[in-house]
Parts: sequence; C-alpha cells; structure tokens
Amino acid sequence: MTRIKHLNVNGARREVDADPERSLLNVLRDDLELTGAKYGCGEGQCGACTVLVDGQARRSCVTAVGRIGESRITTIEGVASEGRLAPLQQAFLEENALQCGYCTPGMILSALALLRENTAPTEAEVIRAMDGNICRCGVYPRILSAIRRATALAEGGEQ
Amino acid sequence: MKEESRKDPILEPERYELDERQPYRLGWARREFLQLSGAGLFILLTTDPAPAAQESGRRRGSGQSLPEEISAWLHVAEDGRVTAFTGKVEVGQNARTSLTQVVAEELHCPLDSIQLVMGDTALTPYDRGTFGSLTTPTMVPQLRRMAAAARETLLDLAAREWGVAREAISVQAGQITHSASQRSAGLGELSRGRKLARRVSADPAMTPPEKWQMTGRSIPKVDGKSFVTGRHRYTSDLKLPGMLYGKMVRPSGFGGVPRSLDASAARQLAGVVVVRDGNFVGVAAPSEHEAARAVAAIRGDWEIPSQVSSQELYRHLKSHPTEARGWRGRSGHSTGSVEEAQANADLKLASTYHIAYIAHAPLEPRAAVAQWTGPKLTVWTGTQRPFGVRSELAETFHLAEEDVRVIVPDTGSGYGGKHTGEAAIEAARLAKAAGKPVKLVWTREEEFTWAYFRPAGVIEVESGVRQGILTSWEFHNYNSGASGIRTPYAVENQKIEFHPTESPLRQGSYRALAATANHFAREVHMDELASLLGEDPLEFRLRHLNDPRLAAVLRAAAQAFGWSKRGSRKGAGSGIACGFEKGGYIGTCAEVRIEPSERQVKITSVVAAFECGAILNPDHLKNQIEGAIVQGIGGALFEAIEFENGRILNPRFSRYRVPRFSDTPRIEVVLLDRKDLPSTGAGETPIVGLAPAVANAIFDAVGIRLRSLPLAPQGLPDSKRA
Repeated sequence: MTRIKHLNVNGARREVDADPERSLLNVLRDDLELTGAKYGCGEGQCGACTVLVDGQARRSCVTAVGRIGESRITTIEGVASEGRLAPLQQAFLEENALQCGYCTPGMILSALALLRENTAPTEAEVIRAMDGNICRCGVYPRILSAIRRATALAEGGEQ
Repeated sequence: MKEESRKDPILEPERYELDERQPYRLGWARREFLQLSGAGLFILLTTDPAPAAQESGRRRGSGQSLPEEISAWLHVAEDGRVTAFTGKVEVGQNARTSLTQVVAEELHCPLDSIQLVMGDTALTPYDRGTFGSLTTPTMVPQLRRMAAAARETLLDLAAREWGVAREAISVQAGQITHSASQRSAGLGELSRGRKLARRVSADPAMTPPEKWQMTGRSIPKVDGKSFVTGRHRYTSDLKLPGMLYGKMVRPSGFGGVPRSLDASAARQLAGVVVVRDGNFVGVAAPSEHEAARAVAAIRGDWEIPSQVSSQELYRHLKSHPTEARGWRGRSGHSTGSVEEAQANADLKLASTYHIAYIAHAPLEPRAAVAQWTGPKLTVWTGTQRPFGVRSELAETFHLAEEDVRVIVPDTGSGYGGKHTGEAAIEAARLAKAAGKPVKLVWTREEEFTWAYFRPAGVIEVESGVRQGILTSWEFHNYNSGASGIRTPYAVENQKIEFHPTESPLRQGSYRALAATANHFAREVHMDELASLLGEDPLEFRLRHLNDPRLAAVLRAAAQAFGWSKRGSRKGAGSGIACGFEKGGYIGTCAEVRIEPSERQVKITSVVAAFECGAILNPDHLKNQIEGAIVQGIGGALFEAIEFENGRILNPRFSRYRVPRFSDTPRIEVVLLDRKDLPSTGAGETPIVGLAPAVANAIFDAVGIRLRSLPLAPQGLPDSKRA
C-alpha cells in the first residue's frame, strides 16, 4: 500500500505520512491538528465530521484518506478568510444557532456545500440537504434561520 | 464573617495567607492560582451556611485543598481585566454567557473585559455539579453578590485614595469616576502593583431587575466565534506532547468476566502498552488506529451472566422492588382517603403508562486526557461534575483529592448524561501504565452502551371524578423516579408513591429526570378524563388549577396556539399539557398530522409558554426551550434502547433514531417575564410538556390513546390500543 504523503487542505499543500486506509477525519485531526471536524458516530450518520472535498460535503469519518488524491479539502478552519467570518458563520452567530457547538462545524460545511450548488434553496431543499446532520441540542430551527439569513446576505438582500 | 476581617477588610495576601483565622489548607492549586492572578484586587465571597451553601462552597469528604466556605472568587487585574471563577461547567446551556452578563451587570464593566474560569478543580470553588437547573438560582446570585462586592470595594478604595466622599464616585463601563475632581481610573488601576485581597460575606447592594442593563438582554454567546470557526478545543480535541491514544477492551455484554483473554499479539505491536488490572483491559498506542488495531488483536472470551431483555422489562420492573435509599428511595405523598373517594366516584379511570430507557447521546462522546506528574494527576474531561470526578479519581488511584486536578473544557453537551468519570479513570489508568499522557475518546457505540440511561418506568394511575370534580388521584411510579411526581391539580384525596425497583440497565440523570415520565402519565390521564367527561381538556385543567403561575403559562400557550379556534381536519389533531418543575412553569400545545400511507406521526407545530421568574437572557432562554422541545420529540415519538441479555441491540445512530431537521415542527415560544420573581433555571422543565401534548394530539387526530413512550416508534398501530 502506498502511503499518503500529502493532502491539499484549506488552500495549502500539507505533508503527511499516512496509511491510506485511515479515515480522512483521523488524519485531519491527529496528524494536521485540524480538530474542527468532529467524531460523532464513525458511520456517516451524524455529519459532525463533514468537510468539503472539491466543494462537496463529505463525511470524513467514512472516507479513507487514500481516496482523496489531489482533491481540495476545506475544513471549518479554512472557511473564514483573513480573519473575516464567512456569511454563514456570521449568520450562525447572529441567530445563536448553536448551544454546545459540537455539531456546528459540520452544519456550516454542509450548508456551505448546499449553497454552492443552489444559491436560493427552498426550505424543503435545505431540510433535505441538512437532514444527515444531527444536533442533539436541537437548534435545528435556528440553523434553518441562519442558512436563510446567509442566503439573503449572499443575494445582497437586507440583513 | 469573623470580627477580624470586618475590622480590616483589605488585606495583603501575605498576611492573608498567614492569617490563622483562615481554616484553609491550600496546596499547590491555590499558589498556582495566585501566581496566575498577578497584581490587582482579589475578592473572595464567603458563603454563610445558607441554602446556597448546599450547592456550592461546601463539599463532603476530607482532605480539602480549597477554601471550604469560599463559594466564588473574582480577580480584577491592574489593566482592568476581570476573571471570575466558578465550579459550574459549560455544556451548551450558555451558562458562560449568563454568568458573564451578571458579573458585567454588577461590576459595571464591558462584557469582553471578563473571563470566566469554569470547572477547574484547582482554580474554581467547589461545586456539586452542573445539573438540576441550579446554575441560575444558585450561581447567578453568588456571582452577582461577588461582583457587587467587588464594585463596592473599588468604590471604598477610590474614596480612600482620592480622599473624596464615596457617594460622589461612580462606576461606569469599567471606569471609576469622581466627576467633581475630574478624577477617573480603570477598575484595576487603583491596586497599583499590589495584590489586594478582600473577603466579603455581607450582602452588598445589588442592581434591581428594573435597572438591569446587561442582564435581561439577549447577549450573544460570549465566545461564539471560537465555535463557528472550529477553534474551540473540546476535550476530544486536546493533544499533549508525547500523548498516546487509549482504547478499552469491552466485554461482549454487561457484567462480563473474561473466561480467557489473550493479549500476546497486541503486546507484540510496536509502541503499544496493554494494561490488564482486574476486569480493566485497555491499550495505549501512538495513534488512534494503532490503538484500534491492538484492541482488535486481543482475543477475549467473556462469560456474560443471564440478564433481563427489553421484552420482559415492564414485568420485571413491577416485580422487583428494592430497598434503595436517598433520592432513589421510596417516597410518597398522601392526603385524604383515595379508597373512600374512589368508592364515591361516579367516574373511575385506571390506566397504566410505560416509559422506555433512552440514551442521552451527547454528540461529543465521553472523552478524557490524563497526565501524571509524579504522584499528581491532571485530567481534562467533559463532565458535569468536575469535583465529583476528582473524588472518583482520588478514590480509584488512592490519592489525596488535592493531588488530583480535573479541568473541564467547554463540553459537547451532557443533558444529565455526563455526571460520571469513566473515561477519566480509564485514561488515567492507561497513562499511569504508559508513563505518558493518554487521550481516550469513547466511540459512539461505547457511549450508547457503557454510559447510563434515562430510567425506564411503569406508572399506574387510578382516578375518580364526582360530579365533574376530580376527587381521587392515586399514582404509582415504578423505577423511573420521583421528580415531578406530585400533581399540581387540586385533588382532595391523593396517594402518590415512587417505588424504587431493580433496574436491568445502568440508569441515571437525564434532562428533567423522571418529571418527563410523571408529566406524561399525569397529563395524558387528565386528557383521558376530560375526554370521558366530554369537556375541553384546557377547561378541565384550568378548573382544577389553583396555581396562578401554572394557569398563566397554560393560558398563554393556548392563546398563542389558537386553542379555542382549532379546527378538526382529517388526520390532524391538537393536544395540550402543562407542568411545573425546578422552579419553571411550562404550558405546551402540539399539533400533529398522521401521514395516512405509513401511519407516521408528524409533529407540525408546537407552542410553548414558559415562565421562570426574571429572565436573564431572553434569546438563550428561548434557545433552551426550543432545544428541549426538539430533543423531547425523540423520547416522545421514537427513541428507545433495545437490549437483550446484557447487550444493547441499537447502539448506533443508524439504529437509534434521534430527532433530525425533518422531524422539527414549527416552534413558537412565549416567554412570560416575571421581574418580580427570582430567576430559576430553564434547561430542563420545557421538555416535560412535549410528550403528553403530542400523545393527546394523536388521540385528537385519530382516536388512538397511546400510553407508552415512545409513542410511535414504527408509526401508529392499526387499531385502537387499550
């Protein structure tokens, strides 16, 4: 098995030395100290580990790092640019769309992937896209509001 | 407080330490704390043996390392930065924010000048734990008092330094000002390089609710930014130099004893430490996957004792009483004669209700990082009881409590499920053997199996009505618990009993404890009675309520829901319920729709009215209520732990359904702000109204009376269930 020697993460080429069978989540967290992606279930059911791979939401806990190749990975640490929060991050704060915050990075990245594909999703489309992400604190209504708010921001609409 | 300190309220720390009137035995922890603090003003709040002392500032056991009667402390640095210390922890309930607001309110300083150190047994005062919705009723007043005392001390200091009348000095936005002489100083400036310490015990003047500026407002989560950027480090994110990754070898069932265990292959693996100590079997390895590989290489053959399974659960609970004591002990309440009232009733109803075991499933599973420094142990772990876990560690490793430090980073939720220190002990045991720090994070399956559950229960209710008046109420709860067991309705003859029983599964606290089960049985039974009497369930309740606060939330919920105008659509129904618990009052209305094809229950709308005294932070309160409703959907409709002979059959999210976006109804929260009443907690009580309101709405929709939680794990049954 060829070991994985580098990954493209958050716009930078990062050196690693990883067994290809290891999960992407594990390599990001333990080798690259990008701990924003969380372990929640290990079976792709809760979305806490969500990262973007070439812009698509991917459950990093069930993705072998050997399958990533040259794809571009975005973790929550790469969402804000130059210290400026992305509209979705801002919207999560404004809507208080978090309690313990453990699901928040996965929620933001799943929503980001949705909004890249569909700049004006309907409520039903948002629910369908987000339904794989669990929040045990139950802030779903606020997350929906945050996504709506971010959509409005992106459209240049009112706050 | 003692005379001496009244005479000489401002003490230099050296004298303070030598003060023989100080009964403290402060070890390394406090010295470290003083070093951290640096120059500035140091306020210690002493707790008189008042009710609050039961919650904080006292602890059982011996070997105190921290001041026993000090319940809170606060430091104002020279540059004006304020650090307040509390033994409470942050698990998503946003106590960090509300407590910060309270300090800012009384100290008159900006929110961002305040840092709250929480749940660190070396730095914060003793605290029993973050549970029971007690942070607001007990810690808020303590921090408020302490911050007010700090403000008063600063005014004293300024008056003395400037030689002006104290009354002419004001504090605003972190500045102490004497306008007549145009003098002003930052909050910490007057300490001028000195370390000043003051103990306070008297009640300083506190800001009345009508003058609140910082509290009573929707301040956003104080460190929200670190969560949306992924910067916050939970326990499971920590990494220490040279740290190993731990993993436990679990028996194949509860109570398992190894018949044989072969770890020889695992021991051969490079860098792997295998620890076997009695029934403790675990490994530590340089990486998580190497630890997993080592565990897989251990061959165990376990003897599992024969155990009760889900199918026999309710029969078992009814037939296995125990003689438990304390809060799990038998308890009851009785007034009048239910026997007589039943004999004279013209309407009698007897119903039995069942409540399944459910799991908390906090999204961050149990995790701990343990590090030994010589004989001293430091553990970072996500727990609601840092001092309790310290005791568990001290006991397990035969250490003095002052040699154990437990630090709780803001944690990925708990809901009552993180009172214990299993992961902390496991990590510490492995770290001890490895001679290196060890991190151990439970898998989801471990969290679903080896944590504890919300107790299952059987509840039997017998009631009697005479001429439309509820005259008899007999209520027996087997196993689930006594919280919320009393009825708030005026019934002349009552017999209410909690019967502790032997539980097949490990059980413990869960958001609102047994109040969810007891409210479910009571509020569904009330609905059954109303239906038998042909009366509106809201009117029937109101007619039997004497408590104006409970009636107020019930009316408010009904009004916002449009209860009186609710229509009857085919396959849709409305239900109502109310309750009182832990100082909070909840009224809940729910609307359900039954999907005709699969007979699935969809909750379409929930309106909750809540009152918990004076509101500290309306938006966070609303957030807690919404969260309780959403979490409550799981236990109401579909969550149940299935088990068979010592094994959990559904220990994964793919087999244990929790509420998701698509399960979430439209939620409207009505807050009743009672500025004239003390603030109480809100993290738990809002959950208790949901299940009965939904059950009653299902009855309204399709005429099926469901008396077991979860109500419809596989959709509704085809025919009416007795």
